[in-house]
Amino acid sequence: MDFDLMFTSFPKLIGATVVTLKLLSVSLFFGLIIGLLFAILRLNKNIFINKFAYGYSYLFRGTPLLVQIFIIYFGLGQIEYLRSTSLWIILKEPYWCAIIAFTLNTGAYTSEILRSAFQTIKPGIIEAGKSLGISNKIIFYKIQIPIAIRQSLPAYGNEIILMMKGTSLASTVTLMDLTGVAKYIISTTFKPIEVFIVAGGIYLFMTFIIHNVIKFLEKKYSFSQ
Amino acid sequence: MELLAFGKTGWGDELFYATLMTIAVSITAMLIGFFFAIIFTPLKLSKYKSLNLIGNFYTTVIRGVPELLVIYLFFFGGSGAIMYVASIFGYFEYIEINAFITGSMAIGIISGAYSTEVFRGALQSIDKGQFEASKVLGISKFTQFYKIILPQMLRLAIPNLSNVWQITLKDTSLISVTGLVEIMRQSYIAAGSTRDPLFFYSFAAVLYLMLTYLSMKIINRLEIKYSRGY
Repeated sequence: MDFDLMFTSFPKLIGATVVTLKLLSVSLFFGLIIGLLFAILRLNKNIFINKFAYGYSYLFRGTPLLVQIFIIYFGLGQIEYLRSTSLWIILKEPYWCAIIAFTLNTGAYTSEILRSAFQTIKPGIIEAGKSLGISNKIIFYKIQIPIAIRQSLPAYGNEIILMMKGTSLASTVTLMDLTGVAKYIISTTFKPIEVFIVAGGIYLFMTFIIHNVIKFLEKKYSFSQ
Repeated sequence: MELLAFGKTGWGDELFYATLMTIAVSITAMLIGFFFAIIFTPLKLSKYKSLNLIGNFYTTVIRGVPELLVIYLFFFGGSGAIMYVASIFGYFEYIEINAFITGSMAIGIISGAYSTEVFRGALQSIDKGQFEASKVLGISKFTQFYKIILPQMLRLAIPNLSNVWQITLKDTSLISVTGLVEIMRQSYIAAGSTRDPLFFYSFAAVLYLMLTYLSMKIINRLEIKYSRGY
């Protein structure tokens, strides 16, 4: 055991954790919006809209995240037309490419989680709202969405943890996140176990925090109080 | 389309073999995972606190740390660990382990943590009466497990194991960083030499979709088979 290396690499890895957290928070924020949008599209009665939303989630859940990042980072640069548009300012940056890939990926999973939450809302609750003369729009925003969010908290907590692990793939497109820096230290010092313990410890700590925050929220918003 | 031709002119045959490699790694990893699950599930359900701790440590660490980090640990640390063990037995030559073995070990350990959780959940949801009834009938522990508990467990476990399989299949794409030529690595090579990354990575995505679709069909059949009578 090389404890010196563990001590010297710790500040570097903590610095890289900031990149990981940035990637995670930005992609979760946009992913939640996309997820909610597609969950609503999935509940639409129009078969084309419905199938489109299903296709999106099937495509992104059926392929590895690595392929999605590579298509966006290496693949899209190949299209001549894209290079001439202003979109290229975003797409030439590995940071934004990673965020786009993570956002679309977590959006697909989130849409599935929210859809099943919407479908498990008891019809009686909506009927009760209707019989009180509340408009459909308000039933949706004030009754269905809050219940669905509460219902999907445990599954969404898992998704946040999965996404946190997913951000490690940003290191494959030259971003120096926690895994990227860990790999760099391993390949220069050839001490994989020490670095794994420190980097893995930081990841586990983040998992622990996320897990407990979700648990707290679950308790706070539980139905039976 | 000529990019996908078989033979020397195209990448069809290379990608075909790469697909077979992905399937081989996934199946090997899944089996290694079952092996780990068979060891760690009893530990997690054991009466002894210390054994519980070992089981929980395994599943928590592996499920809380990114797959890529575990793969790097095996990739950079694998041959070192083997050489250390060999040096105890008096063998000091350099040992290089095959990328296939390192890769499937790494993915197998990850998949094992998920399988452990699935088996634990399935075993816990079997009615206590089943254990008691078989005890009362004087059935030996071995027969009890294989003829009574296991069939019921499989019915409950198969839907969740199918999720584990999907995760394992997608995780194999990460082994490409170690240089094992599976779908992702082959697409990377092809994209590099033809300068057509969009096509090859999209094709890789199609291959993965096909694999997940086909495995879903097969697993659905198994599910029907094991839920007969329900």
